[in-house]
Amino acid sequence: MYTRLITGLLSIAFAGLILSMPGCKDSTSSGALPETVSYNFHIRPLMSDRCFACHGPDKNKVKAGLRLDIPELAFAELKESKGKFAIVPGKPEESELVKRISSTYPTYQMPSPESHLPLLTENEIELVKKWIKQGAKFEKLWSFIPPKKAPLPKAKNDEWPKNDLDLFVVKKMEEKGLKPNEGADKERLLKRVSLDLTGLPPSLDLMDRFMADKSDEAYEKVVDELMNSPAYGERMAVHWLDVGRYSDSYGYQDDNIRTQWPWRDWVIHAFNENLPYDKFLTWQLAGDMLPDADKEKILATGFLRNHKYTEEGGVIDEEYRVEYILDKTKTFSKGILGLTVECAQCHDHKYDPISQKDYFRMFAFFNNTPEVGYEGDISVSKPAKAPRLEITTADLDGVLSFIRQLEKDTMMVSVMDELDTLRKTYVLNRGQYDSPTDEVRPEPLSEVMGFDTTAYPRNRLGLAKWTVDKSNPLTARVFVNQVWQMIFGQGIVKTAGDFGMQGDLPSHPELLDWLAVDFMENGWDIKYLVKQIVTSATYMQSSIVSKEKLAIDPDNIYLSHGPRFRLPAEFVKDLILASSGLLVNKIGGPSVKAYQPDGLWEAATSGRGVLATYQQDHGDDLYRRGMYTFIKLTLPPPALMIFDGSNRDQCEVKRPQTNTPLQALVMMNDPTMLEASRVLAEKLAEEQSGSEDKITKAFRLIVCRVPKESEKDLLNSYFSEQLGIYKSQAIDPSEVLNVGEYPHLEVEKSEAAALANVIQLIYNMEESITKT
Amino acid sequence: MEKEQLENGLNQNRRKFLSKLSLGIGSAALGSLLIPDLFKGGTSPEEELFAQLPHFAPKAKRIIYLFQNGAPSQLDLFDYKPMLQKMHGEDLPESIRQGQRLTGMTSGQSKFPLAGTIFDFKQYGQSRAWISDLLPHTASIADELCFVKSIYTEAINHDPALTFFQTGAQVGNRPSMGAWLSYGLGSENKNLPAFCVLLSKGKGNGQGVYSKLWTNGFLDSVHQGVQFSSGDDPVLYLNNPEGMDRAERRKMLDHLAALNQENYEEFGDPEIAAKIQQYELAYRMQTSVPELTNLKNEPESIVKMYGPECMIPGTYAANCLLARKLSEGGVRFVQLYHQGWDAHDNLPGQIVGQCKDVDQSSAALVMDLKQRGLLDETLVIWGGEFGRTNYCQGKLTGDNYGRDHHPRCFTIWMAGGGIKPGMVYGETDEFGYNITENPVHVNDFHATVLNQMGLDHEKLIYKHLGRRYRLTDVAGKVVKGIIA
Repeated sequence: MYTRLITGLLSIAFAGLILSMPGCKDSTSSGALPETVSYNFHIRPLMSDRCFACHGPDKNKVKAGLRLDIPELAFAELKESKGKFAIVPGKPEESELVKRISSTYPTYQMPSPESHLPLLTENEIELVKKWIKQGAKFEKLWSFIPPKKAPLPKAKNDEWPKNDLDLFVVKKMEEKGLKPNEGADKERLLKRVSLDLTGLPPSLDLMDRFMADKSDEAYEKVVDELMNSPAYGERMAVHWLDVGRYSDSYGYQDDNIRTQWPWRDWVIHAFNENLPYDKFLTWQLAGDMLPDADKEKILATGFLRNHKYTEEGGVIDEEYRVEYILDKTKTFSKGILGLTVECAQCHDHKYDPISQKDYFRMFAFFNNTPEVGYEGDISVSKPAKAPRLEITTADLDGVLSFIRQLEKDTMMVSVMDELDTLRKTYVLNRGQYDSPTDEVRPEPLSEVMGFDTTAYPRNRLGLAKWTVDKSNPLTARVFVNQVWQMIFGQGIVKTAGDFGMQGDLPSHPELLDWLAVDFMENGWDIKYLVKQIVTSATYMQSSIVSKEKLAIDPDNIYLSHGPRFRLPAEFVKDLILASSGLLVNKIGGPSVKAYQPDGLWEAATSGRGVLATYQQDHGDDLYRRGMYTFIKLTLPPPALMIFDGSNRDQCEVKRPQTNTPLQALVMMNDPTMLEASRVLAEKLAEEQSGSEDKITKAFRLIVCRVPKESEKDLLNSYFSEQLGIYKSQAIDPSEVLNVGEYPHLEVEKSEAAALANVIQLIYNMEESITKT
Repeated sequence: MEKEQLENGLNQNRRKFLSKLSLGIGSAALGSLLIPDLFKGGTSPEEELFAQLPHFAPKAKRIIYLFQNGAPSQLDLFDYKPMLQKMHGEDLPESIRQGQRLTGMTSGQSKFPLAGTIFDFKQYGQSRAWISDLLPHTASIADELCFVKSIYTEAINHDPALTFFQTGAQVGNRPSMGAWLSYGLGSENKNLPAFCVLLSKGKGNGQGVYSKLWTNGFLDSVHQGVQFSSGDDPVLYLNNPEGMDRAERRKMLDHLAALNQENYEEFGDPEIAAKIQQYELAYRMQTSVPELTNLKNEPESIVKMYGPECMIPGTYAANCLLARKLSEGGVRFVQLYHQGWDAHDNLPGQIVGQCKDVDQSSAALVMDLKQRGLLDETLVIWGGEFGRTNYCQGKLTGDNYGRDHHPRCFTIWMAGGGIKPGMVYGETDEFGYNITENPVHVNDFHATVLNQMGLDHEKLIYKHLGRRYRLTDVAGKVVKGIIA
């Protein structure tokens, strides 16, 4: 039985891999070809993967003079074989391409053995034949065509949908023979939505109110309440800090401290104020160039300055200046446009229609800042690199009121500025700073959307306007996909950072487009978008995975059950602190250094700079949210890294989701968890209630539901047993309680120690740190 | 129940592998050993990729990389150049330098006075390799070593050069060598990570190391190097807290498994079953790691071999001994870093201490592996991120000098793992500035190392965001001349 299940899984999952797209699984794995073969959905992914490396957009690598990415060239007579044609529309049998991919002779077959690319499978070959038979129609890449709202689909199940997006989801499920799950139970739904909207578990009070509220609006009320809490901005910011590669040090080897946190606080503020996404981007890309630029808008441009800066003696200034501009270009293209364009840094892109020239045209927008590659070594290190924004206490009463407190009277943050005279930009051969070739002017990727110079200036502000132009086919799609991924664990486009030809195709293309257009039509309103998703029936389903669903759709691409995955690294800490009552609800400010194993920074440092040794903070700083943990780039906080947190070295749009023994060790032995267990145990020990009630309360605080009878029995008997051990002094209860700096309560020690152990057990339950 | 959990765990692995291809080819191979039917019958290209691994019979199973961080001077250790002594103080001829780029530390110098080494050299072993008197123990095992005198790199600063050696790229967040091997070959054991990192420091001018050097990059984070520390917790968070002994931990884990199992029955999410397995592995590590890292019970003969410092946790000598134990325990890749080689000034003073730190224990490691019959299947590598200049940085006197970074040639040595013992490969000019014979680029070095592990560097690929990545990027040739 088991083996059969696995075999079933195999064939399905492999089919997805073959064409890297979920949408066409059936057509290839079962052998049945689609009625109409689509270039965008069936052929291009295949050709891009197996053919374009030698017969694609990279002009310097084209072999035998053949390009297969442009119809006129693919249909032309072959340069090296007169009278033969790679593709003859309508006639697969005459097409050299078909002969080559079907051949088994090493000297003739394609992809050639030297390419190390896998051969096409039989189904893939049939697919190509059918496409040629049907006329070999080429299409522009789907993601470069502006999204349109398709008519809402009609599904058989018209009871289930709660809003428009459900229609797309249920329609797809019906096509795949899947049915939606029942709604999640109220307790689990509340935990899910609370974690999604605030990164925190619901309080006991909220749990009680929600369970008692039997009205139809109960859920929506909770959604509004959570979205209006300041924790919402913190939760949303965590994703953007990965995109914006936020850190508290300069990186590279001496890795001294920097002060970029006011930018992080602005991001939280912007999400809480629900700044529309078009403005959110415009300010970060070019806030300094707006006619009404104020300190807030200039601070936003810190986005482009968060990357690493070297302070290594002896580096070559221009080498690093170029490196910084490359980083800005990469962050813009990957984080905002969803395109990985680094390849074009060295050569014409092999898969996407982006030439090296295109790349440096985009690079040129960022190349006009007065920043330098090297301001000096660590002995002259400053908290920000020029150009800098000065923030004074007076600003805190004005536009920068979201910054609560300054470390000194005046603070500096690295931000953007423009040179008065335009710096010339050249294509850099192989991306090397000392190999300039042709001069280029700033221009964004024309394949994506033209750049109307009558409407837009040829500078960063123009780039920002181009980016948020409603005709830009990528910006809205990429962001709604990121938000979807944040909530469902994976995007509609799985490769959130690659909407190009080698990226995955959307599982629900019409839904993605509908969401993107709707988002723009509603003024790029992020809260509106998020609310729409979390109030959908799709979202509110239970996350039970039946064996049948696991077999048909193991990755839940078709969303036939609710999302269920382990919390992001920062929120693991938040859950522990919030449930134990330790959490200090303070927004922003300098990052904090909480408990960390001894000697980590010291073992790796060069010995220079203020971060050579780890100076742990105390008091409230130990109990701040995980997102305020001090990030030293060369040794990022281990507990966050073990839970797949971003190392913030580069722009990242998607974190991996792993399940490792090191995570188990953190959950068993990290002082943060041990202290939280102790503190909660002491609080409960002080309460005038029976031990069973105390355990139930702890369980509710942590798992966010009432324990089942079997769970209660197990925990209660564990408690009695532990209590016996401590009462008999077989183990001294003080040993268990002697953890953490938080002040102790005067309570009966045996009871508190036994409770602490029960609480540790509850924290270690898989469900505790999982969004259920 | 255990079997079911195990299968669930594997199922989970498979699912991850199939959807992301990132769990590691080796672990899939392991899975297929346990449940042989799992990988039969498929024809996808990815599956064929697995079937091909390793690409050919490996010479080596494990690697120990003794990284000399900061860049030791090849001219004072291995690359003997009497010409420099003869021309001590004279300017480096432009015909040799040919306008090569310089670091910002010496680019302002108006003169580049040549600095001959003040240390004596002798020839050793069948290869007649020149070795400085600073390394008597290394010299004594010359017949085990293959010296590559013609390795070169592209970077001239520490951070990019180190990153290049470890990840095959100067910048970016690419997987480190150890992560690639963990991905390609998996772990040889079930109680230890496949990739371990050990740090130590000398007294010389230090350059930091950073976790980016042992990163998994875009590979699954199970392939990340696990940093071992010399403190009470050799692996982070390993030890149980006060008041929780092993029996109590077992009890707690049994309760935990029961709670998780109940939840699994209700929700059916394979992640829950995998979680139960991970707790069991963590529990096993709590015993296996301390047993392994405990050096106190080593016999006297071993202590004598590695030198008394090997009993002081956190020293390079202790890390060499620990590396042998980890490697013997089946850790695929053990990476050491020893800081302190960056002698821009007062090189003669600094290098003495550095050599004292590493000479005896590096040689002991090789011989210890040999006496255990493990050297044939273990590749040991010793070297830095670039070399040092033949001219002096700062003030040159008769017996004192400093040397700047020199990427154009330097020396590393390798031992075991199917590398030819007792040979010298490559040559540099009489000034020790340019390579004259058999250049070995960092990419070539990587290709060779992978080759010894049974991997074709052009086939060990990972597709990430639309591009196929390799440790050797788009270049690299196996250095056939040093393969036994």
